[in-house]
Amino acid sequence: MRFYEYEARKIVELAGIPVTKYGFCQTADEAREVAEEIDGPVVIKSQVLSGGRMKAGGVQFADTPDEAADHAATILDLEINGLMPRGVLVDPKAEVKREYYVSVVWDGTAKKPLMLFSYMGGIDIEEVAEEHPDYVGRAHISNLLPVFDFEAKQVIAATGVTGSQLNRATPILARLARLFLKYDMTLAEINPLAELNDGSFVALDAHMDMEEEAIGRQKQLLRKELKIAEDDTRDNYEPSDFERNVKAIDGADHRGVIQGKDHGFKGDLGLVIGAGGGSLTLTDAVRNQGGRPANYSEIGGNPSVAKACGLAKEVLQKDGVEKIAVMMSIVSNTRVDIVARGVIKACLELGLDPAETIAIFRIPGAWEDEGFEILDKYGVEYCDRSVSLWDAAGRAVAKIQGEAA
Amino acid sequence: MSSETLNKVFIDVEIDEPAKSDIKLATELEEVCPVGIFKATEAGTEIQVPALDECVLCNLCIETAPAGSIRIIKLYEQ
Amino acid sequence: MSVLLNRDTTFIVQGITGREAINLTRECLDYGSKIVGGVTPGRKGREVHGVPVFDTVAQAVENHGGPIDGSVVTVPPGFTKDAVLEAIENGIKLIVIVTERIPRGDVAQMVELADLRGARIIGPNCLGLIVPEVCKMGGIGGPAKDAAKSYEPGVIGVMSRSGGMTTEISSSLTAAGLGVSTAISIGGDAIIGSTYAELMPYFEADEQTEAIVIYTEPGGRMEAQLSEWVQENNSRLPIVAFMAGKFMDEDEMQGMSFGHAGTIVEGKEDSATEKIARLQAAGITVVERIDEIPDAVKEKIAK
Repeated sequence: MRFYEYEARKIVELAGIPVTKYGFCQTADEAREVAEEIDGPVVIKSQVLSGGRMKAGGVQFADTPDEAADHAATILDLEINGLMPRGVLVDPKAEVKREYYVSVVWDGTAKKPLMLFSYMGGIDIEEVAEEHPDYVGRAHISNLLPVFDFEAKQVIAATGVTGSQLNRATPILARLARLFLKYDMTLAEINPLAELNDGSFVALDAHMDMEEEAIGRQKQLLRKELKIAEDDTRDNYEPSDFERNVKAIDGADHRGVIQGKDHGFKGDLGLVIGAGGGSLTLTDAVRNQGGRPANYSEIGGNPSVAKACGLAKEVLQKDGVEKIAVMMSIVSNTRVDIVARGVIKACLELGLDPAETIAIFRIPGAWEDEGFEILDKYGVEYCDRSVSLWDAAGRAVAKIQGEAA
Repeated sequence: MSSETLNKVFIDVEIDEPAKSDIKLATELEEVCPVGIFKATEAGTEIQVPALDECVLCNLCIETAPAGSIRIIKLYEQ
Repeated sequence: MSVLLNRDTTFIVQGITGREAINLTRECLDYGSKIVGGVTPGRKGREVHGVPVFDTVAQAVENHGGPIDGSVVTVPPGFTKDAVLEAIENGIKLIVIVTERIPRGDVAQMVELADLRGARIIGPNCLGLIVPEVCKMGGIGGPAKDAAKSYEPGVIGVMSRSGGMTTEISSSLTAAGLGVSTAISIGGDAIIGSTYAELMPYFEADEQTEAIVIYTEPGGRMEAQLSEWVQENNSRLPIVAFMAGKFMDEDEMQGMSFGHAGTIVEGKEDSATEKIARLQAAGITVVERIDEIPDAVKEKIAK
């Protein structure tokens, strides 16, 4: 789950890391009030879950409260990469002496969080790491032991930073590492971490990403501290009707799991497929044989007839879909006969002939003999494990193309 | 596209008297069926038609009831 | 010989009274696996398919009268970490975590403790492992009679990020007469207990194994790690890989995750195209089509 900058700053603040006296505003008048309170030059920053704010004009400087209000009004109406801002952040224009970079990310290979520090702040860290690896300090932290300050100190000192800068930056990186673990983050980044003219350090911008699986146990932070609503899911894109409907069908019944996505798919062959790895393999197999999938889907965990039926109906009701391919890798838990019942029922309920509508049924495994009997009765073409996922997908593509020809 | 809900496409369940009116058996059947086909009422067992096609062929109802009094009919065999 | 399991391997099932765990227990017992106990707190004294249920792992160990080799953990995500740590601290050395949707921080803690105690974790979000006709630990392959159809003893080691594809691929190897030495469903999450590279030494030491097949997906650095391992260790085992999810490289799919939690592509290095190039550079054959695997393996073994 991604956070807006104003939320990320709040998280950083809760961890005891100094920030500027910023204000989050949703109207121009609010922006004027915050600027008046700051009583000096300010920066107005668009609060949008997208990169490239600066380039798009989403960051503006103002010397007076009126100017701040004008800029806020403009930015509040400014769409950036297709997204409207949730508000603006009004921040005192800092007198920055130097910018640093600090972050904590997961290292999946080491299976430990990795602390990163660079005195080349405010820029793309990956570029710095590639071109000047010695400018970047890094070290893993333990998942079992607490994070000690000296670990952060070593990372910073390795880049040559010393003196009061080292002593000021050390607790900031250590606290960032602790908050990363405490709040189940997948990314906790302060960029830039600014050293001001008076020698103090403040977080000028922060990026946080929380693991989806941990949202349930981070209610205190999400709902109480940040006041983020339950339905504010922040998907990368707006879910389609198809995606919303499939999700609702899945949620209505605890038996089995179905998923459906059609973002980025525009084809004519509906896919009722599974399970996780099988779906990936089959989607590739359809595309690589010239087929055009109308959607992606997953069936798993032995769903009920109603659930399989619900997914197939949603796929069949998508614009331009006339046939579906029902295919899975060999099943051991999900039952062939139950899925067969579900997809045939979907056809019947929509007034369609299963034999015409189901291009191919390739689900081998548990209860396959029972399933094949059902498919025989309705004249649906099916195959067992002797036909590979590739060939099954190929048959479905050939059928739909034969139709078009 | 118009859509309706169909029931009894694949499975039907028949229960004979006097087993059908046996209130104790009705409670047992309701408990044993994993997909909720049987409901215990004051009159005995009531078949829940929308649940019929969910039958997983576990035969637990057949084992619970007196021999021969419950039949599961696979409509796709006919 | 075999990898990680043998005829005498004993294990417990943590969360044994759950619906899926009851099935899994039945399947493993039918296959001939030695399940010596189950744990569900508060359910001591019950039995599941004849397997005694205990409140704690310590009670199961005591009842067994000696160390227990493994545990299959299938408890809800919020309880998994505690269950796994309990298993490790009671001397269990091989832990299969079936549970999905466990936060990474928890997985990383379990793995770190396992490393300290010399234990190995397979999963999470996996179906376990199987040595054909010897032992099955987890739901892999399904009921014993279905597992027998897909898994015949043979010479190929299989490792897969997808549980279902472990069986799909093994079935094709069995049909081609190659058979399977050991098949491991390693799990679909971003952080897992045992990666391809970490399991390679076991296959390397297994005389029965003559080649390796891996099923892989976009996301993560696991394939890069395998490539490095192969190059550094001069492995005797030829490897054939299949990469699913190539469609995720398309522009409109960026930032999306499909199939498993681990498929989220976070950097260029994570993409299917990049991974295929990396595997090939290490001498690993990457087949385009899933059905090309058996022939590619035969060709590699013949060399």
